[in-house]
Amino acid sequence: MRQKQTLHTELQDLPMPFTPSRRAAAALFGGLALSPLAPRLSAAERYLDVHGGGNFTPVNVAIVPFAGDGGASVASVIVNNFKRSVFINPLDAGAAGTGVNPDAAPNMAAFRALNAQYVVVGRAARGPDGRMKTEFRLWDVGAGTQAAGQQYVTDPKNSRRVAHIVSDAIFSKVTGEGGFFDTRIAFVDETGSRQNRTKKLAIMDQDGANARYLTRGDDLVVTPRFSPNSQELTYMSFGAEDPRVFLLNIDTSQREVVGNFPGMTFSPRFSPDGQRIVMSLEDNGVANIYSMDLRSRATTRLTNSSAIDTSPCYSPDGSRICFESDRGGTQQIYVMSAGGGAANRISFGQGRYSTPVWSPKGDYIAFTRQSPAGFAIGVIKPDGSGERILVEGFHNEGPTWAPNGLFVMFFRNVSGGPRLFMRDIFGHAEFEIPTQSFASDPSWSGLIG
Amino acid sequence: MKKLGSMVGLKHAAVLAAALALGACAKNPTDMAGLDGRGGAGVGVAGSATPGSSQDFAVNVGDRVFFDSDSSQLSATAQATLDKQAAWLSRYASYNFTVEGHADERGTREYNFALGARRAQATKDYLVSRGVAASRIKTISYGKERPVAVCDDISCWSQNRRAVTALHGGQS
Repeated sequence: MRQKQTLHTELQDLPMPFTPSRRAAAALFGGLALSPLAPRLSAAERYLDVHGGGNFTPVNVAIVPFAGDGGASVASVIVNNFKRSVFINPLDAGAAGTGVNPDAAPNMAAFRALNAQYVVVGRAARGPDGRMKTEFRLWDVGAGTQAAGQQYVTDPKNSRRVAHIVSDAIFSKVTGEGGFFDTRIAFVDETGSRQNRTKKLAIMDQDGANARYLTRGDDLVVTPRFSPNSQELTYMSFGAEDPRVFLLNIDTSQREVVGNFPGMTFSPRFSPDGQRIVMSLEDNGVANIYSMDLRSRATTRLTNSSAIDTSPCYSPDGSRICFESDRGGTQQIYVMSAGGGAANRISFGQGRYSTPVWSPKGDYIAFTRQSPAGFAIGVIKPDGSGERILVEGFHNEGPTWAPNGLFVMFFRNVSGGPRLFMRDIFGHAEFEIPTQSFASDPSWSGLIG
Repeated sequence: MKKLGSMVGLKHAAVLAAALALGACAKNPTDMAGLDGRGGAGVGVAGSATPGSSQDFAVNVGDRVFFDSDSSQLSATAQATLDKQAAWLSRYASYNFTVEGHADERGTREYNFALGARRAQATKDYLVSRGVAASRIKTISYGKERPVAVCDDISCWSQNRRAVTALHGGQS
């Protein structure tokens, strides 16, 4: 039930041609997992200091069209990813890419002339057995050396995913940060009139591809959240009875009610170990936070207020929970121990603060802030310092983090309904995630690998 | 895969919402009746409803009360409406009903579920204080999921911050 998803592919590092003794890329044996804890490059090797704040220049990476019958589609997925990556600026190799042999060192002078710091070459071709072999090499233009190189052999229908995995390998090597392309988004698809929306759970790749429905729209569903292994969702659904928290296995479509509570349960999230769900229970107009152990089904009451306590979220180490409460008069963000008890308010800016979500890196909590100026998405450190607004306008709501903690996705009502947008945490750029219908309540998975 | 039951009330709401669209953002909110009621009445039939029918309740009593922004306080107007509801519900004591709490779109989704529940509870508590048996009353919150007015200004938001007393279909 909680197994990692594997791609049934073979992966190996590509040694550097002609200089095989050179240090190979980070070893990645035994699966496709690109660890989000990839070893940091030393300062001297790194071109980009993501932690230096918002002052950085994106790294120019030239992409040479991939060789082979599957090359064009793989390269276009990679380029499209990097166009939304903020930290990497993909360059069209142009004439410098003509006739480049993907198995040999390219002519660095030609790429230096393009101002490229790195160049990517590769090939995706079907072998005699029908399997697709995708390989890439990332060259450091300044040093003239191979910085990374890998090959993947897989069913051709997985080509798009391999392109995301290659994108992550390159992104990690260039920035020293974890990747975020081999991920999915769970969200709520919205159709129909605003007075009577049909809402379906849906899932897609982070770039909007491969979207599919998980529910049929008979029941109103909201706020899906991924389990840590991205195999399950927990969400709130209206049915014949009171609105309740549900658990859905994405692959088998099996679903079940979470717990047996006397009132409405809502705003569910998984614990980082996947063993618990934390949520709100409404009783006589008051909402408190409870957690439920998914194995024993034992429930624990974590707050005891006469207010609205909701939108809980565990810290990545599972030791603390942030949540919103209007116990002080208006919605504000509080942090408490994962076992409950005293809670410290951390939001003191102008307005009402809600929907706190802890970054997977632990360094920030993203939130929605409502003020006379509108709805803003921002980040704040867990101790209440370092608050920063990323975007503000008529409506923005419900941030979710990319697994590398560098991006948030959220929804915004625009001309008649909501759409999904992503932004880097420095607020440099924003991109809409293409969806067929209106879309809301995004939840960003971890790396699938 | 287990099929979950569909929500009867919302199906009614679909039909009635379509009827309402013709007169969206009506100036007098009490003209809009039964939008979410399980046995909800039609619109614009004031005076002609059979006494004791759900139409009678919606049109001649008023099936909903309204709230200030981010508040569950019952205004004097709301209390007057609920006094009439309580009198009618005491006279026609065979009805069970659901109080549906709603919020406007200017709040975050999860908070609004709780805010709608708070409004439904305040409405229920008031009706109970006026002699209606608590056992007849269910509450539910739809948060900001089911606005009746969608014109994106204050006249609509104020209509969406509401608690609707929805009689269960037919006399039980």
